[in-house]
Amino acid sequence: MSPSPLLQVAGLRASIAGKEILKGVDLTVHTGEVHAIMGPNGSGKSTLANVIAGHPAYAVTGGSVRYRGKDLLAMTPDLRAREGLFLAFQYPVEVPGVRNSQFLRSALNAGRLHRGLPELELKEFNKLLKEKMALVEMNPSFTTRSVNEGFSGGEKKRNEILQMALLEPTLALLDETDSGLDIDALRTVSAGVNALRRADNAIVIVTHYQRLLDYIVPDFVHVLVDGRLVRSGGRELALELEREGYERIRQAVESAQPAKS
Amino acid sequence: MPTVTAPPTSPYQSAYDSLASQSAQQPAWLRDLRRNAMQRFAHLGFPTARRGNEPWKYTSVAPIAQAALAHDAAAGAATLAHLKRLAPWRDAWPRLVFVDGRYNARLSSCDSLPRGVRLHTLAHALATDPAALEPHLGHIASWTDDAFVALNTAFLADGAVLIIPPGAVLEEPVHILHVVTDGAGAIAAHPRTLVLAGDRSRAAIIETFVSASGAAYFTNAVTEIVAAPSAQIAHAKLMLEGAASYHVGGTCVRQAQDSAFTSASISSGAALARNNLAILLASPGASCNLSGLSLTAGSQHLDNTLSVDHAAPHTTSRQIYKGILDGQSRAVFVGRVLVRQGATKADAVQRSKNLLLSRGAEIDAKPSLEILTDDVRCSHGATAGELDQSALFYLMSRGLPRDAARSLLVQAFASEIIQSLAIAPLRTWLDRRLALPLAASHAEVPA
Ligand SMILES: Nc1ncnc2c1ncn2[C@@H]1O[C@H](COP(=O)(O)OP(=O)(O)OP(=O)(O)O)[C@@H](O)[C@H]1O
Ligand SMILES: [Mg+2]
Repeated sequence: MSPSPLLQVAGLRASIAGKEILKGVDLTVHTGEVHAIMGPNGSGKSTLANVIAGHPAYAVTGGSVRYRGKDLLAMTPDLRAREGLFLAFQYPVEVPGVRNSQFLRSALNAGRLHRGLPELELKEFNKLLKEKMALVEMNPSFTTRSVNEGFSGGEKKRNEILQMALLEPTLALLDETDSGLDIDALRTVSAGVNALRRADNAIVIVTHYQRLLDYIVPDFVHVLVDGRLVRSGGRELALELEREGYERIRQAVESAQPAKS
Repeated sequence: MPTVTAPPTSPYQSAYDSLASQSAQQPAWLRDLRRNAMQRFAHLGFPTARRGNEPWKYTSVAPIAQAALAHDAAAGAATLAHLKRLAPWRDAWPRLVFVDGRYNARLSSCDSLPRGVRLHTLAHALATDPAALEPHLGHIASWTDDAFVALNTAFLADGAVLIIPPGAVLEEPVHILHVVTDGAGAIAAHPRTLVLAGDRSRAAIIETFVSASGAAYFTNAVTEIVAAPSAQIAHAKLMLEGAASYHVGGTCVRQAQDSAFTSASISSGAALARNNLAILLASPGASCNLSGLSLTAGSQHLDNTLSVDHAAPHTTSRQIYKGILDGQSRAVFVGRVLVRQGATKADAVQRSKNLLLSRGAEIDAKPSLEILTDDVRCSHGATAGELDQSALFYLMSRGLPRDAARSLLVQAFASEIIQSLAIAPLRTWLDRRLALPLAASHAEVPA
């Protein structure tokens, strides 16, 4: 028997603004694994990531999510984060007036307190921050700026990975972290993510491009179409999708479910 | 004894009468001014009418009109340590301290002023150089149509006078500090400040009204500021009055050619408060920059009423007022910009931004422009909204508890005003001071 999974999504259904987006998703992630989720625009990839992170705009209408053996859906989003869950947003939010460094320190200390660790003093924190910024090759000037405010698309993505590096999550969901990154940035960000891979954590990557998976090699690739995970496989599935697109999978799904309107 | 038309039962009248009998040494022009102002107040009465009372449309002063207030109470005891705990503080700041409405010489200090700069109590200035005051005192703040200014003028006895000679530069801000002690009870105080800034002079003035008292006392303050050509004056008003108190404060400024006036009005105290700020841009090139931040909670009512009179061409005004409202509190922003005929090339911007933290809170924001000439640049706008939910989720998704995330966002909203304060030491003081009520109302301090 395999050890109990880190994340177990079963029959998950979710809707936004009265419209059902997730129509029964099953996904099991163990520690030490990297999963990639691919799928056409609008198929529900970000919805899945947001629901797991606890975004209040989505209503869960069915199914369950267990994380480290606990009912994840019963936890507030901040508690999920303190329990080691991390979502790198597809569209990171700008927060004018909140200094990046202040935010990062508050977030880090919230997690530390939760784990029974003492808060990091400013000096220790600054040292750690410097280290992590070097890892993702981020300019120190970003610490004094407001969170994501006026950051370029790529800088925002880098800032997400910086947060991941600081918070050292047990389960990281990376929602299209590669989009908007130039070639060099893709390499550094991937190296940053790889440096954080450990036997006791796991990563779920949402991406449209096989290229990212050359850098962060997944153990499993899943395809999400119209709110359902319709195929799973190894990394060769990503290569197949790159070659053939989603049309064949879509047709296969439709012919398998002729009753659906 | 002066003759007046008010009913003999008016407590203000009897307080005035007993004060008048004690101030026989005041110059005749001042006694006349006070008598006329008292008559005017008796005629006007408190502006409690709820109909056809445009200036007080959103704020009822009935609680003030009905309050039983003492005018003759002795001042309580205060110590330097007490003041330093309550108010922003630098030992280097020249200061006049008023405790329970009365000047306290022991707590005041005017040592470090540049030559020629005079910082005195009003009583002292009236006794030694009344001629310097006569053209200005009571002439900048109009007492003929404003009952509160009339009342303050009627009770003119003490206050602060700052006279800055031409070309003088004050490195340190002057602090005029009004503190009401915990045991003062329901007193009434009518403090007056007069600032005469000479040509090309530069100075910063902080007026703090602070108290930890829980009594329903009343502060009725008037500040008159005259900025001579090319003077640069920064003014900060910190209204941190006791939780059950009433505060009505008028700040009236007359600006000559090329003078620049910066104002920051920070309010978080009092049960019922009104800040009036009236700027007259009397000559070409005069400019003012007015910012405000108010924090209200519980059942507080706070009214910021501004008026900027562009009476000359090439005059500039900027207004940015922010309100953070919690609980059942109510805030009012009324900003009136008047551009008179002939005031071409006037440039005015007016903005009111409000953050509503609870469903029970309410804001009336009424920016208004009255433009009587062509060739001007004017814009205004008012917004009111809740905390940005996606920002809140973003912060929480990193582990910040809801209350800590809210606190961060609220402080971020306030920071635009606080970080732009001309008097730099006030920034850190306010950051800390304002973080406290925010943290208290949301239970958790950000880590
Ligand atoms: N507030 C909303 N109201 C209505 N529909 C919404 C709302 N938010 C998202 N949707 C819809 O939900 C569907 C799934 O969106 P989601 O962002 O999960 O897609 P995605 O797979 O991440 O797409 P992409 O690859 O473009 O990022 C889309 O059709 C989208 O339009
Ligand atoms: Mg998406």
